Amino acid sequence: MVEMFGISKTYEGGVEALNEINLDFPEGQLTTLLGPSGCGKTTLLKIVAGLISPTSGEVLVEGRPVTGPGPERAFVFQDFALMPWASVMRNVGFGLELRGVGRAKREAIAEKYIAGVGLKGFESAYPHELSGGMRQRVGLARALAVDAKVLLMDEPFSAVDEQTRRKFQEDLLELIGRERKTFIFVTHSIEEAVYVSDRVVLLSRRPSRVSAVIEPDIPRQGDPEKIRRNSTYLDTVESIWQGLKQYVE
Amino acid sequence: MFASLLVWALIWEIVGRSGASLVIPPLSSVFARIVEIAPTPTFINALWITGRSFLLGNAIAILLGVPLGVMMGRSVVADRLLLPWVNMFLSAPLSALVPVIMVLFGLGDTTIILTVVLFAIWIIVLDARAGVRGISPSLVEMAKSFGANQWQAFSNIYVWAALPEILSGIRLGMIRAVKGVVIGQLLVSIVGFGSLFELYSSRFLMEHFWALLFMLFVFAFLLNEILAWLERKVEYYASSRQ
Repeated sequence: MVEMFGISKTYEGGVEALNEINLDFPEGQLTTLLGPSGCGKTTLLKIVAGLISPTSGEVLVEGRPVTGPGPERAFVFQDFALMPWASVMRNVGFGLELRGVGRAKREAIAEKYIAGVGLKGFESAYPHELSGGMRQRVGLARALAVDAKVLLMDEPFSAVDEQTRRKFQEDLLELIGRERKTFIFVTHSIEEAVYVSDRVVLLSRRPSRVSAVIEPDIPRQGDPEKIRRNSTYLDTVESIWQGLKQYVE
Repeated sequence: MFASLLVWALIWEIVGRSGASLVIPPLSSVFARIVEIAPTPTFINALWITGRSFLLGNAIAILLGVPLGVMMGRSVVADRLLLPWVNMFLSAPLSALVPVIMVLFGLGDTTIILTVVLFAIWIIVLDARAGVRGISPSLVEMAKSFGANQWQAFSNIYVWAALPEILSGIRLGMIRAVKGVVIGQLLVSIVGFGSLFELYSSRFLMEHFWALLFMLFVFAFLLNEILAWLERKVEYYASSRQ
């Protein structure tokens, strides 16, 4: 459970990125931050992560105010942010390594999550030997391995090809069903947002405010391909597009 | 390249044999001297003293220079405070400072070691700084978001991500350190190779003199090649860093 009260961010030099954002992110659900490019979605996510501090306002995670990064939150990066000099095993176990978890224990945990994201057999491979999609799986496994309650994902699928992306989205739905975590997801793709989200938060252009919160009422069970042809899915995508269109140009 | 070396060696030999200059003995006799000098206790002792000062000086320069460079790459304040000095020392005629060190620390190993540090450290600092500035910001954010403290970020991320630049800084630093150790010993002139150079030139033993110089050249060249090879081995970091 993550709550935000009156978050505003003005950058040095006077650029106002966020203006009085009030939101809550319920547990066990995926909430997407969607908006025109440059609207401050990533800034908002990094404020939750504790990587950027807001000019005013407060973020509460499980009732405790955020003052910096914390073990109850894990981040998945747009450009994967893997250490090129370290093996998949070490990359995935890096969060645990920083916490001082012993080698045998963290490698056992890492191994489990590496297998969980479908990379069994690549434990000793290096990032430059993997495709973009596989690298992001490593990034995801690293975030899962620290067993954080809140998973923050910053356009995690934007740097992978379309087929991989679709597979990722399906895997993500499965993950949300399996793990009781709070997922906060940033994307610029309307289709992706509607496909994976329980709630979509629409942000307006800078200085961003919350312009709408949409809860796509789409049945998540069964064939993932069905969702893409579901009429509610298509209608929601269309209505969001109508809402965002005014910001384009 | 090898052929051109041969040509120049031949010219040297001819000039040497013609007796045109007392300073240039025939190359063949210089090589004969190398074989003669290298196993002598005097030479081995000088090599040991020089090598020790060289390695110690380099170790100090690396241990101080890399953290300093990383700090400058990370902190704007430290960078503004220190960069002008680093740049100044990088291009300053450092040999002129050696007598000052000599006055402060005497005519011993300490002076030589400090001279080596003085010659080597600045390029190490600058290259480490450049390397750290080139680190992808998301890698730094990654370390922070997974809870890395300052030391963990330094030892797990900065040093490794900047390793290609740090290594090339160390290589360039070592080349400068060769100059530093030789200049230091020449000025002090009673230790290591410095005392040998002093001895040979004062007695006008040109063959000995050149033999010693040759060995130093080869040493510096080999050192550069070894470090360049090491650098190439970690080059893929750089390409995978974006």
